[in-house]
Amino acid sequence: MKLFFTFFINTYLTRMKPTTIRSVIAASSVGTMIEWYDFYIFGMLAKTISTQFFPEGNATAALLSTLAIFAAGFIVRPFGALVFGRLGDLIGRKYTFLLTLVLMGGSTFLIGLVPGYKSIGIAAPLLVLLLRLIQGLALGGEYGGAATYVAEHAPANKRGFYTSWIQTTATLGLFVALGMIMLVKLNMSESSFNAEWGGWRYPFWISILLVAVSVYIRLKMSESPLFSKLKEEGKTSVNPLKESFSHKANFKMVLMALFGAVMGQGVVWYTGQFYAQNFLETKAMLDFEQSRTILLWAIAFATPFFVFWGWLSDKIGRKWIMMAGMALAIFTYRPIFNTFLADADLPAAIIKKQLPPETVKIEPVIIKADTVKREAGVIIINHIHSKHTLPDGSRFSASYTDSIFNNSNGVKNEVKTSPITYVNKHLPSSLYWKFIGLVFLLILYVTMVYGPIAAFLVEMFPTKIRYTSMSLPYHIGNGVFGGLVPFIGLLLTTSFPSDPLVGLWYPIGVAALCLLIGIVYLRNKIDENVED
Amino acid sequence: MNNIKRALGIIWLLLAPAVIYFLVDRAIVHIDPAGTKDINNPVIWIIIIGIFTPIAIGLMIFGWYAFKGEYDHLPESSEELS
Repeated sequence: MKLFFTFFINTYLTRMKPTTIRSVIAASSVGTMIEWYDFYIFGMLAKTISTQFFPEGNATAALLSTLAIFAAGFIVRPFGALVFGRLGDLIGRKYTFLLTLVLMGGSTFLIGLVPGYKSIGIAAPLLVLLLRLIQGLALGGEYGGAATYVAEHAPANKRGFYTSWIQTTATLGLFVALGMIMLVKLNMSESSFNAEWGGWRYPFWISILLVAVSVYIRLKMSESPLFSKLKEEGKTSVNPLKESFSHKANFKMVLMALFGAVMGQGVVWYTGQFYAQNFLETKAMLDFEQSRTILLWAIAFATPFFVFWGWLSDKIGRKWIMMAGMALAIFTYRPIFNTFLADADLPAAIIKKQLPPETVKIEPVIIKADTVKREAGVIIINHIHSKHTLPDGSRFSASYTDSIFNNSNGVKNEVKTSPITYVNKHLPSSLYWKFIGLVFLLILYVTMVYGPIAAFLVEMFPTKIRYTSMSLPYHIGNGVFGGLVPFIGLLLTTSFPSDPLVGLWYPIGVAALCLLIGIVYLRNKIDENVED
Repeated sequence: MNNIKRALGIIWLLLAPAVIYFLVDRAIVHIDPAGTKDINNPVIWIIIIGIFTPIAIGLMIFGWYAFKGEYDHLPESSEELS
């Protein structure tokens, strides 16, 4: 490993000229991608982390778990945008987004070193919460710095194209995190992966290597030329927060950026990349491998479009590309997700295709306790009833649950058995690729709303308060509006249980509102001069 | 177009308190100490209402600015922003 890094640094990095735009983009993008990777692995390993650090039945641990999941995204991210945005406008872009990278990488690595609840008790969830909050804070400061840094190096006619590379990082970070976790998980047993010092910690430890390389690259970079010029002339902002949010002229642009662009972008981004994968796993009931590889393929095919839309936005303007992405999302979300549900209904396909019973292989009935969990004093035992294999290679399992209730004396005496549901579905090849195509479409919408937005935000605000002014709406849009997609989805599903797609009305509604505001209030003009 | 911008401003002004009312109403309905779902958890509702209230106030201010014609002309240079 040491040899590899020595080779990499000596043969590639040292040849990069600090001032070339390629090295500016590489230094910014790699670091930002690593920050996203760090932020995602916590969410993706939430189940294992919960078992290790936040055990069931402990009220304090449950509270800390809630704070770790919700506070990091909703409160700390926008707060990080303010803290580091201010710092970036006061001391410069380079050192600020270097600091966010170190904070993010360091806290990720340390999460991987915290002993479990069994070893150190309540100190474990407290430490993990603290480190998770630092992660949220760092993420809030990273994006604005990277986007501003690249944009301030880019010529006016290529600003969208160059900053679009930064826009690929959130998706690539997800891709790397997903790939890394699958790589580790598929190479060891379930028990080895989930053990206290098991494989789930490897993605956290690997982060420190990635961050070390990225910090090295960023240290070689020089400060943004526009910020350096301002500093030389003594024109940097004295109080960026005050100038951003208490000067009406600038504050009204912050509001317009949030409600006319970033709010809709946030929900389209979250729905395409996270809600879709969760929907495939928990509603369409696809198996672990397919629900993730579908997303991986779709991301791989769609990622170049971030750069394409960024490039196109330099030719035709940013506004209408973003608006078109939102409009497509609004009108096609329900048909696409409905197709997921209908096509994944493999048992119905047996009836529809009138398959002769002898062609469907049914393994001898296995009565097996698959998982056991407790919810509000009720013990829920999940059973795999039987496994079915169809002639086209698709397969699924029939499952049911036994819920054991306590009576008033605390004696378990009532058992309710659920109807059979079909889980662990494995699609045939043709359907698998159809699903990849549909998820590709969802991520294509993400690329349309997300590709041009860095250039769009940079061009809205003056250099001296740019970092602060663009960071806050961006993280409210993505962290709060985007991050609420699963929660509001659950709220709607609970309120209207008859419609399995009802959760989509939240992203559709927010995107529609944003589309209307964007069409009416935003303009399509590209700001030629961002030096002022 | 400027008339549409101003007229819509009234809708944004009214939408903001409606969102807060909806969230508080849903919180009262769903908070349940015995429940196990996220929507039963009071801490989550406190966080969400706490973070959404200033955003909704921001939407009201946006609506007010729009209604007053502040968005009739958008700045052409940074000098107009400071």
